[in-house]
Amino acid sequence: MRTGALIVAALLLLAGCTADGTDDGGPVTLRFQSLAWQEESVQANKDLVEEWNATHSDVKVDYVQGSWSSVHDQLLTSFEGGEAPDIIHDASDDLADFAHGGYLADLTGLLPARLTSDIPQRSWRTTTFGDGVYGVPFLQEPRVLVANATWLKRSGVRIPTPEHPWSWPEFRNITRQLSGDGEYGVAWPLKEPVSATLNLSLSAGGRLFHRGADGKVTVRFEAGDEVVPRTIHDQVDTDHSASPTTLGSGGSDTLPGFFGGRYAMVPLGFSYRQQIVQQAPKGFDWQVLPAPAGADGLAQGVSPQTLSVAEDSPHKEEAAAFIDFLLRPGNMVRLALGDWMLPTGTQALADPALHTAKDGWATGTALAEHLRPAPAQAVRGYAEWKDKVATPAFQEYYSGAIGLSELRERLEKDGNLVLARYQR
Amino acid sequence: MRTRPGARAGQYAALLGYLVFLALPFLWLLSVAFKPARELGSLHPTWIPEHPTLGNFRQAFDEQPLLHAAFNSLLAAVSAAVIAVVLATPMAYVMARRPTRLARAASGWVVVSQAFPFVLVIIPLFLVLKNLRLIDSVPGLVMVYVVWALPFALWMLVGYVRAVPVELEEAAAIDGAGRLRTLVSVTAPLLAPGIVATGLFAFVTAWNEFFFALVLLKTPEKQTLPVVLTHFIGTEGVADLGPLAAAAFLATLPSLAVFAVVQRRITGGMLAGAVKS
Repeated sequence: MRTGALIVAALLLLAGCTADGTDDGGPVTLRFQSLAWQEESVQANKDLVEEWNATHSDVKVDYVQGSWSSVHDQLLTSFEGGEAPDIIHDASDDLADFAHGGYLADLTGLLPARLTSDIPQRSWRTTTFGDGVYGVPFLQEPRVLVANATWLKRSGVRIPTPEHPWSWPEFRNITRQLSGDGEYGVAWPLKEPVSATLNLSLSAGGRLFHRGADGKVTVRFEAGDEVVPRTIHDQVDTDHSASPTTLGSGGSDTLPGFFGGRYAMVPLGFSYRQQIVQQAPKGFDWQVLPAPAGADGLAQGVSPQTLSVAEDSPHKEEAAAFIDFLLRPGNMVRLALGDWMLPTGTQALADPALHTAKDGWATGTALAEHLRPAPAQAVRGYAEWKDKVATPAFQEYYSGAIGLSELRERLEKDGNLVLARYQR
Repeated sequence: MRTRPGARAGQYAALLGYLVFLALPFLWLLSVAFKPARELGSLHPTWIPEHPTLGNFRQAFDEQPLLHAAFNSLLAAVSAAVIAVVLATPMAYVMARRPTRLARAASGWVVVSQAFPFVLVIIPLFLVLKNLRLIDSVPGLVMVYVVWALPFALWMLVGYVRAVPVELEEAAAIDGAGRLRTLVSVTAPLLAPGIVATGLFAFVTAWNEFFFALVLLKTPEKQTLPVVLTHFIGTEGVADLGPLAAAAFLATLPSLAVFAVVQRRITGGMLAGAVKS
C-alpha cells in the first residue's frame, strides 16, 4: 500500500499538477499553531487570539491546535511541503534542527526592543543558533521537589527555601532520615534519566559538554558531573532511601505512591502541580521545595517553550507583531498561569499572581533567576548520544548494574564517537 | 467427532481466559473514564469507581470538538472502506482467475510494500496533495487511506476469490449464464464474507490512523478523532488521564459497533453451504 502511494505521487507529479500559489488579497491571515493542552492554557491562548482579531482588522490569526506528542514530525513535513504555520509553538531543544535546516526565520530585527530587553539573555541563549535568533522563549519550568508537608514537619528536618536550599549531601542525609519500613525519602521518576540528570547537574558545576576553540563539542564527565548521579545512585543502591521501582517511571506514575504515603518527596517539573491539585486526596498537605544546590547554587538547565516564525511565511513582520502582542507582560502571565509554568519575561515574573505561597508559586518564581539553557541545547548529535549511549548508561548506573567509572567511560568514549560523526 | 467433557471444559476455560485478556485494557479504560481525578491518583486503584462521575466525559466534550472529530473519522473511514472494496474486488478477481506474470509480481510487491515506513511516503504524498489542493481536506485524506488500504485489501480478496471453486463458475457457464451473470449471481454471494472482512479491515485501519491525519489536516474542524485525542497529552507525556480515557472510550465504540453488526455476516457467509442439508 505504501508503494501505491508512491506510484500515485509520482504519476500526479508527472502530470504536472501545480498550485497557483497566488494571494487573493484582503486582510492577511496568519496561522498560529499552539501546543497548549491544559484546559486553562488552551482557553488563554484562544482568548488572546480573539482579542488580537478584535483589534486588528488587517491581520487575522487562525488558532490551530497542535500536539506535543508528534510536533517534530508534523512540523518537518509541513516545512518540507511549504505548508508550515506562520507562528510556531515548540520547545527550544527542538529548534536547533529546524534552525539549521533553514525552516525558521531569524527574528533579529523583527522583535521590538520592549520584548528583547524584557527576556533575560540566558533565556535568549536557548534560541540563538549561530548569529540568528530563531524563537522567543516565553515559558519555562524548573525541576522542584514536591514534598509531603505533614511528613516533613513530623520528621523535624530543616525545610529548605530558595534562600537556604539543601546541599546535595544534606539532601541525601535527609532522605535517609525519612526512610524505613517500606517508606522512602524520595522517588526519582527517571524514565528520561538524561535530561533530568544533566539539567540538575548544573547546580554542582556539571557541564558534561565542552566546546573547544575549533567549535567542536566533546563529552567530559568531571567532578561536577558526578555529584547528582552519585547522589541518586547512593540513595537507591546504598541507602535504600530512594524507591528503586520508580526509576523507570514517568512523573505521573509516582503520584499514587506519593499520595499514598510511600514517598516523602518526588522531584518533578513545576507544572506537575496542576495534576497534584487535581488528584491529591482531600486534606493531603503538600509543598514545593527547591531542588538541592551545589557549588553553583540553584542553577539548573531548562528548555523553554518558544514561539517562532516560519521562514516561508510571507508575513514575518505581522507574525512577529502577533508574538509581541501574545507576550506582553499581562498576557504572558495569563499563559504562565494557564500552563502552571514560569514566564521568562522579567515584568511578567514580577506579577503578584505568581508570588503567592499557594500551590508553591512563590518558590518556583524564586528559582527563575537560576535557570540556564539545558547543557545539551545546541549540541549536534545529542539525540543519538542520549538514546544510544547516555540513557542505557545512566539506567544501568542507577540500577546498580555498573559503577561510576564504567558510566564515565561509556559517556565519554562511546559518546565522543557519536558526537564526532556529527562534527566532521 | 466427539470431544471429551474434560477437554471441552479446558477449551472453554482457555477461551474465557483469552477473552478476559483481550477485554482487560478496554475494561480498565472504561473504569478510568468514570473515575474522578482523586481516584486516579489512588495507590490502591479499584476496578469499580468508588464515586463514578460523568465529569471526564463532560470535560472531554467541553475541551475538544469530539463529536465533530468523530464525524470526520467516520466519514473518512467509511468512504475509504467502500472505495477500497469497490476498487479491489474486480482487481482481485482478475488477479486470482488470470494469474499472469504481472499479477504474480504485483502480489509479491504488495507483500514487500508492507515493510515500508510511513515517513518514506509522507513528504511526496504531502507535495502531491498540496498541488491538488487536497491538503487540509477530508477527501484528500480519504484518497490517502484508499491508496494505503488497497494493496492489502487486494491481497485479502485474492485469497477469498481463490477459495471460491472455479467449477461453480464453469457450471454456471454450462447452464448458460454469461460472465456478468456468473459474477453477480454465483461468485459475489460467495465472496460476500471476504468483501465484508476486507471492508472492515479498511474501515478499522482508517478509523485508527493517526500520522497521515496529523500531517494532512490543519484546521481544527477537520481533524479526526485520533488527532484530537492527542490534545489531551502534554509535555513529557503528561496526560489529562480522565478526559483522555473518556474520549478514548468513545473512540472505540464505532469500531465495536461495526464489528457487532457485521460479525454475523462474516461467520454466516463463511459457513453458508458448508453443510449439505
